[in-house]
Amino acid sequence: MDGADLTDSLRETVRAAGRGGTPLCLRGGGTKSFYGRVPAGEVLDLSRNRGIVRYQPTELVITARAGTPLAEVAAALAEHGQMLGFEPPAFGEDATLGGTIACGLSGPRRPFAGAARDAVLGLRCLDGTGEVLRLGGEVMKNVAGYDVSRLMTGALGTLGILLEVSLKVLPRPQTELTLILEEPDPQRALERMAGWQRQPLPLSGLAWSSGRLWVRLEGTAEGVAAARARLGGDEPADGPAFWRGLRDHRLAFFSDDRPLWRLAVPPAAPFIRLPETQPGDWLLDWGGAQRWLRSGLPPATVRAAATAAGGHATLFRGGDRGGEVFHPPSPAVLALHQRLKAVFDPGGIFNPGRLYPGV
Amino acid sequence: MMRAMSVSTQAQPLSPGLRATLLRRLRRLLPADAVLAREEELRPYECDALSAYRRLPGVVVLPRNADEVRAVLCLCRELQVPVVARGAGTGLAGGALPRPDGVLLSLARLDRILRLDPDNRIAVVQPGVRNLAVSEAAAAHGLFYAPDPSSQVACTIGGNVAENAGGVHCLKYGLTVHNVLGLKMITVDGEMLELGGVHGAPDGPGLDLTALAVGSEGMLGVVVEATLRLLPAPPAARVALAAFDDIATAGAAVGRIIGAGIVPAGLEMMDNAALRAAEDFVHAGYPRDAAAILLCEVDGEAAEAEAQTERVCALLREAGATEVRVARDEAERRRFWQGRKAAFPAVGRISPDYYCMDGTIPRHRLPQVLEGIARLAREHGLPVANVFHAGDGNLHPLILYDAARPGELERTERLGAKILELCVAAGGTITGEHGVGMEKIDQMCVQFGTAELQRFHDVKAAFDPAGLLNPGKAVPTLHRCAELGAMHVHGGRLPFPELERF
Ligand SMILES: Cc1cc2nc3c(=O)[nH]c(=O)nc-3n(C[C@H](O)[C@H](O)[C@H](O)COP(=O)(O)OP(=O)(O)OC[C@H]3O[C@@H](n4cnc5c(N)ncnc54)[C@H](O)[C@@H]3O)c2cc1C
Repeated sequence: MDGADLTDSLRETVRAAGRGGTPLCLRGGGTKSFYGRVPAGEVLDLSRNRGIVRYQPTELVITARAGTPLAEVAAALAEHGQMLGFEPPAFGEDATLGGTIACGLSGPRRPFAGAARDAVLGLRCLDGTGEVLRLGGEVMKNVAGYDVSRLMTGALGTLGILLEVSLKVLPRPQTELTLILEEPDPQRALERMAGWQRQPLPLSGLAWSSGRLWVRLEGTAEGVAAARARLGGDEPADGPAFWRGLRDHRLAFFSDDRPLWRLAVPPAAPFIRLPETQPGDWLLDWGGAQRWLRSGLPPATVRAAATAAGGHATLFRGGDRGGEVFHPPSPAVLALHQRLKAVFDPGGIFNPGRLYPGV
Repeated sequence: MMRAMSVSTQAQPLSPGLRATLLRRLRRLLPADAVLAREEELRPYECDALSAYRRLPGVVVLPRNADEVRAVLCLCRELQVPVVARGAGTGLAGGALPRPDGVLLSLARLDRILRLDPDNRIAVVQPGVRNLAVSEAAAAHGLFYAPDPSSQVACTIGGNVAENAGGVHCLKYGLTVHNVLGLKMITVDGEMLELGGVHGAPDGPGLDLTALAVGSEGMLGVVVEATLRLLPAPPAARVALAAFDDIATAGAAVGRIIGAGIVPAGLEMMDNAALRAAEDFVHAGYPRDAAAILLCEVDGEAAEAEAQTERVCALLREAGATEVRVARDEAERRRFWQGRKAAFPAVGRISPDYYCMDGTIPRHRLPQVLEGIARLAREHGLPVANVFHAGDGNLHPLILYDAARPGELERTERLGAKILELCVAAGGTITGEHGVGMEKIDQMCVQFGTAELQRFHDVKAAFDPAGLLNPGKAVPTLHRCAELGAMHVHGGRLPFPELERF
């Protein structure tokens, strides 16, 4: 396996940047440059700090340097019949493990097998003073110290440079099966998805798009067969292609010039009706909890709708990247963000402003 | 009565003047029966379940709602008086150990389930709700709350959140952190923070402060509401009991099951001393002469659970089990688990005192670490009974001792410290689910280096600049670590050179 531990040289870079007050724009594979607010600073390439450090299949844990391509991690796991349970989106071949954890994004399996942050067991990182921190560990249960590893997950690199990440992995299920059911009405689709999720079915994907419900079942042959008999529907020609396309945003729905919004809401929240918006502008994933919207509506309108539904909205792609991309938190919570930023990156050199102003 | 262990940060009681002011002001904020100040009223709050550490709180308050909690916190901040939150006091690390110079804030009266929403599969609860009460309420909808600590009849959701509690079903369904969607937490400044998906959304905007709050041991804020994720109850669950004539073989069987791609709902192990005590206590039907037993539960659709049980039984036999038995019915299944869940009190019956450890190690180190524990136990002349969440490598060695015998308590503490250091040297951690509290504060110097400890203090200061919430717990001062001369044993270099790391 090719790899290199660049901790020492990265530490020097960070110290120098700290002395000069030079902001750094952290980059893994750069496949998610579109995500977050406008990147600023001198680009620091982290993709060469790579390689799998430890992987023992019976431990269900893998530790790899943050620059390791996601594809390399997935291939190593597949060799032993294992996988990353949170089904990370790749958005391109160069996506790295570090970029994935820094973005904290999870794929269609998330409601059923946990999010990226749920899989993170520990990490090594460089803070803004060039100090190497080792947080969490490589064991399933660990409550020593604050859970800073999970705090860094989804922090978009604003709190530190991830050097090495330890993740919990899962065995691949014996069987996977996709079903489609016609359902033109999105409200009815949400109700049916809620009904299924109340039952002990071996679900691993549940989405609605263009008048159809997509159901993925995973587990033992017996469990999947029993659920299939209960649900009805048809088996499409290439079920896995749909879920991959959904995960990596390659479905036709995502090729559209309008800004792409992500709404995270309680799964059974009623279908959100907005002006100038058709049901086809929505794709409902995560059994209703993650809703994609293509819309040029003013951000304030989309955010108000998300708040009313009990959740929040992210301007995922496109739109005004200089404005508020992420849902503004309450003043007290924003102040905490700024204080935590000051703890880990006192000079404000890592991805300044990528998450929120001052963070 | 037990003598006190060395409670290190000795605090002076409140000065009479400050105490009088505090009481007067508290009585203005809270009803008369919500402020306790007489010694006999304070006595029940002098310790948590780590009863070797005791001290009387200055004052105890029992607010009924979030507004009263906020008022108490604001007053304490104004008067610069420390505050220790308390749920049911079942903690095993001294986390709720009160301070003589402070207020003990009991959340016991905030005990309502505010909302149960089966379509969104959430329960919104106050912090004083007992863990088991959530699953009991959810059962009407065919749902359950997965984290099930053995103390679930008594312990509270607030305490579970503060400790990131686990249970016997965490291997498949996750710990508290995986099952809390959102929190409402009040800071010592009286600021109400809404973190994560308080209404049932899968996440919140910005940094994952929910994850940071879970497991923070009452150091960052007081949890006044939690949004919990509920799961559909599996229609069938089967548990197999396997006996082994050698504990290392039992340890290896765990790796074999996991390696086969099975994710059991629970995978627990007990050694001979623990299983005998449990058998004598609850008559679970355990084989009394086995060196160790494994309990392996699988769940799912009836046909699925059946097929998985067969695979598990075959794997256990291949792994060298001398006997494999599947619980014939629900009653027997409950008995098998009852024995495991009653293991601590059962050991409490055979020894005047016991001390429960909570290390976690990588699973494949189980045989070696067990040998190491046995050797250390011999060296210290104290028996150890072992109970493990084997599937997650979380060990609960129970050191049996008699505090009435001079020197035995000190020896127990030394043995406990050695066992935790052994876990760190094996690539593990000093606490899997019980928390650091007061108890493992010195071992934190072994687990972490100066840089990490300093950042932990800084995180605390970001929430609580004056250091009024549960001061002196969870994170040791750098000064203390230096004084102890404790060796930070990263990468297994010290103090167990014979244990090679990977
Ligand atoms: C017999 C027995 C078996 C046990 N089995 C398990 C087990 O299987 N798994 C496991 O994980 N633990 C277990 N425990 C330990 C204990 O039950 C858990 O740690 C539990 O989560 C503590 O809950 P509590 O309500 O009793 O909290 P307490 O002991 O009252 O407090 C624990 C900590 O939480 C803080 N706290 C409490 N409420 C709040 C709040 N609302 N906001 C902020 N901080 C708060 C306190 O300050 C303290 O630091 C067991 C204990 C016993 C005695």
